Amino acid sequence: MTLPASTAKGAIGPAPALDAPASPAPARRWSTGGLIGFALPFILALIWEASVRLGFSNGRLMPPPSRIGATLWDLAGTGELATHAAATLWRVAAGFGLGAAAGTALGALSGASQVMRRIMDPTLQALRAIPSIAWVPLFILWLGIFEASKVALIAVGVFFPVYLGVAAALSGVDRKIIEVGRVFRLSRVQMIRRVTLPAILPAWITALRTGLGLGFMFVVAAEFMGASEGLGYLLVDGQQLGRPDRILAAIIAFAVLGKLADGLLVVVTRPLLTWQDVGRDRL
Amino acid sequence: MLHIDALSKTYADGNKALDALDLTIGTGEIVALVGGSGCGKTTLLRLIAGLDTATSGQIRLDDAVISGPSADVGVIFQEPRLFPWLTIDDNVAFGLSHLSAFEREGLVANALTRVGLSGHGHRWPRELSGGQQQRAAIARALITRPRLLIMDEPFSALDPTTRQSLHRHLLSLWDESRPTVLLVTHDVEEAVSLADRIIVMRPNPGRLHEEFPNLLSRPRDRMGTGFENLSRSILRSLDQSLKPAQKPAARATAGEAAWW
Repeated sequence: MTLPASTAKGAIGPAPALDAPASPAPARRWSTGGLIGFALPFILALIWEASVRLGFSNGRLMPPPSRIGATLWDLAGTGELATHAAATLWRVAAGFGLGAAAGTALGALSGASQVMRRIMDPTLQALRAIPSIAWVPLFILWLGIFEASKVALIAVGVFFPVYLGVAAALSGVDRKIIEVGRVFRLSRVQMIRRVTLPAILPAWITALRTGLGLGFMFVVAAEFMGASEGLGYLLVDGQQLGRPDRILAAIIAFAVLGKLADGLLVVVTRPLLTWQDVGRDRL
Repeated sequence: MLHIDALSKTYADGNKALDALDLTIGTGEIVALVGGSGCGKTTLLRLIAGLDTATSGQIRLDDAVISGPSADVGVIFQEPRLFPWLTIDDNVAFGLSHLSAFEREGLVANALTRVGLSGHGHRWPRELSGGQQQRAAIARALITRPRLLIMDEPFSALDPTTRQSLHRHLLSLWDESRPTVLLVTHDVEEAVSLADRIIVMRPNPGRLHEEFPNLLSRPRDRMGTGFENLSRSILRSLDQSLKPAQKPAARATAGEAAWW
């Protein structure tokens, strides 16, 4: 334990103002850091744009930013972008919901009970070792070519990080803090509600964020397998039509949607984590 | 009155932490346990707190046998062990969930004032210094008005200035409801300044070695001759307790010859 600076300097008496710890380090610097982070892609885009305009490159396979922007604008104007984005978002939402629920439930069982962990964990770890894309043919046979197989694939991708995160967090809850609950004679249900759940909340939210990121990875794979709409379909479509600008527009849309979804998760869960000591400004 | 009869604890690995320990502590008495590591001090506290079960023997608080955590026993650990997701107010009120919000607020405000933390109730534990966190932990343990308070080296992680101010806070709180207090410490000065009776324990297996009544009047002057003499006697006894070859001065029984 570190001593507060004022006490270490020999402050007399326990005056609260004197032995209060230093306030957390100033965290405003990240905003400038964020702006600096935009500089490199912006300069690269400018260079690329200039090299196409000046005739160093014809920009056919690597369209300049202005053409990608125009394609995005067109897609947005015709309503295509919204349709594809909505289809993708729906699939991610459904797959994420199922995967996160299953991952949380099984992770809780495995983390709370030694017996359940010995029964379930080896099987789940073995399943985890299978590249999830390998399930695609089987899912198509079982669930058909339409939505169900796509949602199932995304759910599989989301499941594992959530399962692992919840199980590890539960088995790692500090014994000392559980003992305080025991001293206050909490029942099993009270212990879960008042001690265990709040204790694993940060790890659970991190696991959900990892799961959501994987959900966006898997939706691309899912939409490669015979979709008629969705941003993944837009990628395939761009390749078949020889339109790299459409591919890049879809990639940008993916990046924006993924970041927005993650940001939404952070904003929704932030009030639950205000007590945390570290990393608040980085979330 | 706390009665401990022939209490033994042998862990699963065969380690005999406590061997047939007898101890009686009067109501409102403050008793300090000192001793080297491995003499079973913490084991004894965990058994009284109901966090572990004894291999044999019995603990009774007045007439009730203690077999698990009890509302009559408050515990203060070596670390504050506050819940980081609760404000100081909610941490202190943790054991009061059966009361109405109004009653809770009144009790918590009063308890925080008494440990010198009024105005800090809305803060998170991480915003408080180590000493302030431990004061909040003391308030949390005392707010339910336990008849017995057990403390496991509660001030060992704090600097001397903070420690002394917490001693004063603790004594003034104790004076209000006069619970029985059992304190484990490795700081002899702390034991002499707080306790009415100091018990030296000896290890392998854990037993009582020698006990010292403390008749010094409060507040106790750390520089006084009586204080220093008592501290020296306890330190000497502690030294002896760690040497298995020497026969302990008091409480030696025939059975003890066997282990060394």
